[in-house]
Amino acid sequence: MIRGESLSKRYGDVTALSPTDIDIQTGKITAIMGGSGSGKTTLLRLLAGLEKPSGGHVWYGDEDLCAMPVKRLYELRESMGMLFQYSALLNSLNVYDNVAFPLHEHTELDESVISTMVSMKLEQVGLRGFEQLMPSELSGGMAKRVAFARAMAMDPRIVFFDEPTSGLDPISAGVISTLIQDTSRKNRMTSVVVTHDVTAGLAIADHVILLWQGSIIAEGSPDSIRESSDERVQQFLHGRPDGPIPFSRSTTSYIDDLTHKPGTVRFAS
Amino acid sequence: MSDLFVKQSTPVAFFGRLGRHALRGLEQVGDATILGLSALSMLFVRPWQGKHFVLQLSALGVGSLVIIVITGAFTGMVLALQGYYTLAKFGSESLLGAGVGMSIIRELGPVLGAFMIIGRAGSSITAEIGIMRVTEQTDALEMMAINPMQRILLPRIIATTIAVPLLVSIFDVIGIGSGYIVGVELLGVNQGAYMAELIAKITMTDIYGGWVKAVVFGFMIGMICTYMGYRSEPTTEGVARATTQAVVVSSVGVLIVDYILTSFFL
Repeated sequence: MIRGESLSKRYGDVTALSPTDIDIQTGKITAIMGGSGSGKTTLLRLLAGLEKPSGGHVWYGDEDLCAMPVKRLYELRESMGMLFQYSALLNSLNVYDNVAFPLHEHTELDESVISTMVSMKLEQVGLRGFEQLMPSELSGGMAKRVAFARAMAMDPRIVFFDEPTSGLDPISAGVISTLIQDTSRKNRMTSVVVTHDVTAGLAIADHVILLWQGSIIAEGSPDSIRESSDERVQQFLHGRPDGPIPFSRSTTSYIDDLTHKPGTVRFAS
Repeated sequence: MSDLFVKQSTPVAFFGRLGRHALRGLEQVGDATILGLSALSMLFVRPWQGKHFVLQLSALGVGSLVIIVITGAFTGMVLALQGYYTLAKFGSESLLGAGVGMSIIRELGPVLGAFMIIGRAGSSITAEIGIMRVTEQTDALEMMAINPMQRILLPRIIATTIAVPLLVSIFDVIGIGSGYIVGVELLGVNQGAYMAELIAKITMTDIYGGWVKAVVFGFMIGMICTYMGYRSEPTTEGVARATTQAVVVSSVGVLIVDYILTSFFL
């Protein structure tokens, strides 16, 4: 089990994540949802150990990720995968080498075995035959699918997905969502999915966490989230422009700013 | 309000700003040292980075060869031309070989060679690492249990430390050779005198001194350029700024360290 305990993150004066307790259930899919700037990606990066928290701990079983020696952290990461929002493919390597990269680095497998494994992973994402293309030759959607194949290359026990379906066409997004669900269920893989995509998030997740302004406002099964009486949850799920979650982040009145700005036209009263 | 304005305009405020810049600079030097030492501490940690080091040596060293040859050739030629007309005023044209050789081996080879490598390879190191940060490639390496300091920083620091003295040696040879062509073949300086003075005046200390400078410059360029890239703000503008800073700081650093090393060797 991965557990965040009083986990918080500040960047200067900005609080990205208020002290938060979070449990990620082993072998389940946890979807972290919320609006832009709600702290989803920060929470994901803290859980993956890519950022040091400003306060609190991340527990992997009884080991504190924040106090873990680097060697142990890398041992742990050999059983992890991560799909980044903008794919993060290694620019100097082609599709084959990107997917084979973790296998080359961490296994002693024969190249023919690696080649077969890469073909299997690429077939899963519908890109077998594109092995020789460089990342610069791929569309955003294709790059994301290659990144998915790379994240799955080592058959990880824990996978972090940062916006896995953003920028994908509906068919590709559907394939990726299905793949996350299928591989998680079949391999009893622990998946943490950060997404804006309410439909996909609720469809594939076993557990949903909804964030707003760096705090958890709701969590539970997809059904309990759907049935939540919290107006903020309903506004987010249905994408309503009006409600307790404001669209505008400005703290001052636009009209006041406009009419009191030096040099702007004053309206006659 | 007016008191505050007066206070802000005083020399105290100026020195305050100066102090803050100095502190920030020192903080960066400390951070760069820690980062560089952390990368160097990976030198003897498995897996060895031999393949990546050779790739970097090829990219930085072989890639900079043409510019080094061109710069070395024209530096030697200009030096011979200027030296000849100056020495001719005193009837000492025979010293041209020694003048060209000593200038290039002691100073111009290491310093101009380092400048060329900063412009050609150092800037690309910073930009490449910076872009890897922007596009989360370093995070991807972290998540694949690959230490970016060991994989990205270390091979580049080692490669520049080895490539710069090799390239400077080539610069020296080309510079002295092109000086010979201009001095002896074009301006008519006696071949025997040119070579005799060159051999007599240049000592092994001069040659070792040039190499020591080149090694120190190479290490410094590697450290500064990798640091600037690795710590660049992960935005397009941040990478551009880091690349400019890497070139400026490395170039100024080469001149300062050159003075310090020269004062030891003389």
